[in-house]
Amino acid sequence: MQVTAMDVYRLLPKTNCGKCDESSCMAFATKLIEKELTLDDCPQLGENERQKLEDLLAPAVREITFGPEKNQVVVGGDEVLYRFELTYYNPTALVVDLPDDLPSEEIMKRASDIMNLKFERTGEELTLDAIALRNKSGSPEKFAEAAGALAELKFPVVLCTFDPEAMRAALEVLGDQKPLLYAATKDNLQEMADLSISYGCPLVLFSPGDLEEMKNLTRRLRAMGLTEIILDPGTFTGEGIGDTIDNFVMIRRLAVEERDEDFRFPIMGIPALSRLSGGDPVEDNIKEATVAATLMNRYADILILGGTDIWELMPILTLRQGLYTDPRKPQTVDPGIYEFGDVDENSPVILTTNFSLTYYTVEGDLKAGDVTAYLLVLDTEGRAVDVSLAGGQLTGTAVADLIKDSGIEDRVKDKVLIIPGLAAPASGEIEDDTGWKVLVGPRDSSGIPDYLEKLASE
Amino acid sequence: MDKLTELLKLLQNTESIEINEFRMDVDELELHIMPALQRAIQKTVEVREAVEALPEEEFEPPVKTYPGEVAQVKLGEGTREPVYLGGQKALYRFEEPQPNPPVVTFDVFDIPMPGLPRPIREHFSDVMEDPGDWARKAVKDYGANMVTIHLIGTGPKVMDKSPREAANDIEEVLQAVDVPLVIGGSGDPEKDPLVLEKAAEAAEGERCLLASANLDLDYRKVARAALDHNHAVLSWAITDVNMQKTLNRYLMKEGLKREDIVMDPTTCALGYGIEFSIDVITRTRLAALKGDADLQMPMSSGTTNAWGSREAWMKKDEWGPTDYRGPLWEIVTGLTMMLSGVDIFMMLHPTSVRLLREIGETFTREYMTTETPDLREWITELEY
Repeated sequence: MQVTAMDVYRLLPKTNCGKCDESSCMAFATKLIEKELTLDDCPQLGENERQKLEDLLAPAVREITFGPEKNQVVVGGDEVLYRFELTYYNPTALVVDLPDDLPSEEIMKRASDIMNLKFERTGEELTLDAIALRNKSGSPEKFAEAAGALAELKFPVVLCTFDPEAMRAALEVLGDQKPLLYAATKDNLQEMADLSISYGCPLVLFSPGDLEEMKNLTRRLRAMGLTEIILDPGTFTGEGIGDTIDNFVMIRRLAVEERDEDFRFPIMGIPALSRLSGGDPVEDNIKEATVAATLMNRYADILILGGTDIWELMPILTLRQGLYTDPRKPQTVDPGIYEFGDVDENSPVILTTNFSLTYYTVEGDLKAGDVTAYLLVLDTEGRAVDVSLAGGQLTGTAVADLIKDSGIEDRVKDKVLIIPGLAAPASGEIEDDTGWKVLVGPRDSSGIPDYLEKLASE
Repeated sequence: MDKLTELLKLLQNTESIEINEFRMDVDELELHIMPALQRAIQKTVEVREAVEALPEEEFEPPVKTYPGEVAQVKLGEGTREPVYLGGQKALYRFEEPQPNPPVVTFDVFDIPMPGLPRPIREHFSDVMEDPGDWARKAVKDYGANMVTIHLIGTGPKVMDKSPREAANDIEEVLQAVDVPLVIGGSGDPEKDPLVLEKAAEAAEGERCLLASANLDLDYRKVARAALDHNHAVLSWAITDVNMQKTLNRYLMKEGLKREDIVMDPTTCALGYGIEFSIDVITRTRLAALKGDADLQMPMSSGTTNAWGSREAWMKKDEWGPTDYRGPLWEIVTGLTMMLSGVDIFMMLHPTSVRLLREIGETFTREYMTTETPDLREWITELEY
């Protein structure tokens, strides 16, 4: 059921005019499929064809947007089941739960903790995306009061209640910030759909453990004119996690492979539900992270979590960062010489690879340790030290070429190269091929500052 | 757009409107809106009726059939309680449950391993001097399905233990536990084949997994040792499907069957290239089920690689305690590999092993046959 470049080509002007900067309309069609160009890049497109192309190119999983205008969250948009086929789009939105029965100062404190949480990795700042305000109190007034307080923050919100009255009350104060409405069920379908339409807010459909019911409810929502839907098939944890995985996979498979209109929507998971049974807080955090990682690996587009401890969120944020990289582009930095501090002819020369994760880790450590050094970055086609050593990119001749091409020889007095500890097996070979003296540095780059200090004192 | 036009547009495109939120001059309303409003109400009624009348549709699970299947590898014979890996005929439970749950094998070393992170050391410090005691503790206290004995001490730059000494260590571990063993070398391409040869001989009749054969060492010697003494071989390639295919073909040319091989497509740790491993493992499993006979073997993950990640072990107050970070880093790494298709995990931390197994065991059950919690009132019930 995948749309091919030929399907797209048939609707293009076929003039090969080149105004899109592509050599031919066929090349343009290919770029459209890969989302590298958009229909706006073709100046000759007829209105009729454009409409047809838009339908044809609509992603298998529809893109849904929520949140205030200047701070929107986009979820969905995926085309494939496996990331090696084509990048996964729109990283899983991470939402943190906030019960409305907390005292108001605590509500604001928790909200600001969620908004300010940051974890920096490889030059990127990883953050959370939204707050799930949960009508735990069961009172519409309390819910609306908390929603009103959150409205000040202009941060994306998911309003969680099954009670249409509470939802309406919260929408009266937050409705203009396009919150995500959670959730319609078989019991409140019409009322929630009405609220979703009149406030123009996307709606989550909750149908735990019953995909047949989910399909029929989605059809009814669609028949009412709703297009912005997110599906929650229930997050069963513990023994039930296998069923949760199955439901997520079936929904996504139906969307991508069958183009089943009732399932072409993003999927929501609620790892926080692993806390329903209640237990030791550390164990609860670990379990919740486990469920989050499971569901993120299996197509979750948006997740609601209960934990805000950084040690719990780090692996989830890191997994998301990895899953949503473009598999067609190796994550690399340019090879060559990088300078740290005020380098001169006596500065040490350190070797690393051009895998961006490796490079940014080393860079962070050199900066944190206030190190003055040259960093030689070897082109290992984006492989880490141990992988490139095993894969044959980190070799004596490759390092010799780098030394020659970079001109480092003219910039330092002594020919001494410090190689990563993990590259130790190649030290002899590098020494032979480069004619430089090779020192084996620490296995982890966090040890470089101490290592250099020791070296200087010797 | 003025309010009126906005409203008319709303009426055109929607099936219902909120009359009590409708603030407008009544004259204007009568003049311009009434016909539209009537239309809208009528339309709304029609839509509601149409929605009510929608026939219920049946749900068809998107089940596929696959021409290929993964070979089942048996580990452990003789005095060992056997463990089975692989055997899948489908990707997911709703198609067909997996015949065997994922298996965890605990890492044990022949030397005290000073470099092990503290959260691991504190569980094993009392037994690290003795590989037999170490293995016993992993099985008895932490429920290991298997034990991996890494003969690190044979490394020429470590203790340069002789193959004969390594064989003694193997005998000791075999005595201590009745689970199947994975036997690992030190990573020295010259010495590993010699060490594995002697170890294989010492474990004659126990059907261990020899780790590993790869393209950088004399894999023929490893294959021969397995064939001579009835063991299986771990075929290790570096995140490259074609390299894995080549190596498997070479090993089968030596006489090993698919039932004698477990693949290790390399586990890059979480945050350190795990996405490459996801892609390779996913592609390998898909190829097997689609019928590629060179890739129809179960897969193994060196999940312990996760402990090499600084986020797992580095002391840094703003990241929280390493006691929690380490196990979690290992489990997320292992879990991600498991969901991509890995069958056996080499792991270090008791908590990670427990949680991974809990999820893995659900893979052998039929879809919707376990009792699931009632989630309908979660919004008011969830407390922590």
